Amino acid sequence: MSRLREFTLPDLGEGLTEGEILQWLVSVGDEVTLNQPIVEVETAKAAVEVPSPYAGVVTQLHHQAGDVVDVGSVIITFDTDPGAGPLDLIPEPPKAEGALIGEVGANGRTATLVGYGPKSGPAKRRARTDNPAPVVAEPPPPPPATAARVSAAAVGQAAAQTMGAVTVLAKPPVRKLAKERGVDLTSLHGTGTGGVITREDVESAGSPAPQAVSALTPGTRERRIPVKGVRKMTAQAMVSSAFTAPHVTEFITVDVTPTMELVQRLKSLPEFADVKVTSLLLVAKALLLAVKRNPEINSTFTGDEIVVKDYVHLGIAAATPRGLLVPNIKDADQLTLVELAAALQDLVTTAREGRTSPADMQHGTITITNVGTFGVDTGTPIINPGESAILCFGAVRPTPWVHEGEIAIRQVTQLALSFDHRNVDGALGSKFLADIARVLADPATTLAWS
Amino acid sequence: MTVTPEATTTPLVQLLTPEGERLHHPDYDVDLTDDDYRSFYRDLVLVRRIDVEATALQRQGELGLWASLLGQEAAQVGSGRALRPQDFAFPTYREHGVAWCKGVDPLTLLALFRGASNGGWDPQEKRFNLYTIVIGSQTLHATGYAMGIQKDGAVGDSDGEAVIAYFGDGASSQGDVNEAFVWSAAYNAPIVFFCQNNQWGISTPTSTQSRIPLYKRAEGFGFPGVRVDGNDVLASYAVTRAALDAARTGQGPTLVEAFTYRMGAHTTSDDPTRYRLSSDLEAWKLKDPLERMRSFLFKQQIGDSSFIDSVDADADELAARIRKGCLEMPDPDPLSMFDDVYADQTVLLEEQREELGTYLAGFAGGGH
Repeated sequence: MSRLREFTLPDLGEGLTEGEILQWLVSVGDEVTLNQPIVEVETAKAAVEVPSPYAGVVTQLHHQAGDVVDVGSVIITFDTDPGAGPLDLIPEPPKAEGALIGEVGANGRTATLVGYGPKSGPAKRRARTDNPAPVVAEPPPPPPATAARVSAAAVGQAAAQTMGAVTVLAKPPVRKLAKERGVDLTSLHGTGTGGVITREDVESAGSPAPQAVSALTPGTRERRIPVKGVRKMTAQAMVSSAFTAPHVTEFITVDVTPTMELVQRLKSLPEFADVKVTSLLLVAKALLLAVKRNPEINSTFTGDEIVVKDYVHLGIAAATPRGLLVPNIKDADQLTLVELAAALQDLVTTAREGRTSPADMQHGTITITNVGTFGVDTGTPIINPGESAILCFGAVRPTPWVHEGEIAIRQVTQLALSFDHRNVDGALGSKFLADIARVLADPATTLAWS
Repeated sequence: MTVTPEATTTPLVQLLTPEGERLHHPDYDVDLTDDDYRSFYRDLVLVRRIDVEATALQRQGELGLWASLLGQEAAQVGSGRALRPQDFAFPTYREHGVAWCKGVDPLTLLALFRGASNGGWDPQEKRFNLYTIVIGSQTLHATGYAMGIQKDGAVGDSDGEAVIAYFGDGASSQGDVNEAFVWSAAYNAPIVFFCQNNQWGISTPTSTQSRIPLYKRAEGFGFPGVRVDGNDVLASYAVTRAALDAARTGQGPTLVEAFTYRMGAHTTSDDPTRYRLSSDLEAWKLKDPLERMRSFLFKQQIGDSSFIDSVDADADELAARIRKGCLEMPDPDPLSMFDDVYADQTVLLEEQREELGTYLAGFAGGGH
């Protein structure tokens, strides 16, 4: 047996056909032990670590992080006997292509939609004896597997011609590949048995001949980015929110000079020595106080009921390497200012490192989006589905402002609040926004409302 | 979030604290030798190792599915070791630790999840019924079986037989389980209902399924219910043994709620990070069933590091045997599918069996 061993992506759930490589945990040349985690794979069901099936040295990684790989494709090759001399003397193992559904993979197992099937038994390949034993009730002889395919394809083709509608024969994974590459299946001539269009047909059609490249070749000035993962979730959430909840957005411009001074004061207090004090922290605190005075803003409109929550899971929209995420601080209303600062810091760090778990993003009740960090004044945010309001915090700018009857340079910002007009009336939304602004304009209000 | 207020206020039978302190209980106490304690620890370690290896084998494509018992070792080993040879167990699909205590080879379980057996094993051989995938239906099978041995006269003295039915907190909401409670109460059946409340019915927390602690439901059906620390192997053993003895001597059913936590995923197809907080898992890690037993052995000076190492070495050896056995597992004999359909073979099935045998023999090389 060859000392080079390939490992194919298994069906990690029940009936999965593909998985996305999130992260390799080993590199070429690494020595690995049996069951050492080698790769993180995300499927439609779960993100899991896959343990190494062999002990040895990694000689090749066949896919990069971000690749979506078919179940049954080779993802990694190991040298299971690295002490036995250089590898270039070892003949290449037979190429194992990813088995399509119904095809037999290199490991002898048949890829199926549910897990995997048994090894294709020798019964399929072995010839019948010349003198078959007499059978009691003549069963139909089993046709060889390939013959079965031909006849099935032929039947399909005949049916297609009869119906005069579907004329293209291709397996679903091949159709998917064609779609991804923008290849028109009807323009292809299938080279597979019974005229079936194969993966190779699509691949050769999808790679343009070198001389075909010209200034007019379509597509060369465009990039196509598959919509998946966080982007897909974001798109769904935005559409669902924008088209179910009638949004109203209100704006207020506020002199936050006292708040900015308070930030500096708090920074110098020993209690805040280990945490970051930011203007966002005080905006969050102002929002929590305003929720306390206007509890109906912290609710969900379900259609039949308005569910008002006596707790605040405060969502913070965060730009992360994975895209826009809205993790929330559980029971933020129960936290002291120091605890809130620590929770904010923790949430941001976790999000930036891409470690935000789905549970961290569930059950939010109200959200803040801090567009000021991008130098933007304000926006009309879209409500996080399941919530009733979202506060947009813009950039704080030195601005000429009428202060105590005189024009003065003050620190001024804009706040925008979008709310769900099904359950939040203009009066409630306005009062809530004005309350936040009042705390930021005069932080002493905090004491009055605590 | 999963530690509901009732979880901290409800009485819990405990003989070993998470810190490894030995407690005593007026109703449920056990007198064990040093060898017993070591042997309990050994079983916990081996069972966890079987589970870890099987999970890895699934991730490597060698098993179609695996339901991990991680975190529930004590509930299973404790209750499993309380079973006498004559007692019959009706498992779910997660009772790998009970199977181990009943003497079922782990490879027998793996064959099912690898698709290399026609569905199971001979339940009579080890008095361990087939894994039941349908949620809760085994409680009715167990109740029927218990009513049967009662009619056989196998119940009534201290050497009588008893039945144990395993199920989870999710299954407790099923009609089957509630019917089993009704029937076993009405007939005073010799059965122990052993509910491993691991806090999660896949992604549904127990708190959304019941307004009261699960063990209290027994009262409404008219039999005793008790909650035991399911991460405490000694308490799980003591409470189950008492409940089995009540059943075998003719005192009827008991509901045991083993309060534990599923530290892994529901099955290898599940991703618990999507619905539960990692802080919950961290809190339960401090109550780990293996750690507390190891602390106890150290504190009592009845298990030193050389003993711990030897158990770990045994576990590695067992894991290697399981891996090898799994990879080399032959496909089942096609004719064996006819064997256990009926207690007595029917004429029609016998004909079909012969037909298939002849047909398979018609290929070059013979056999199948």
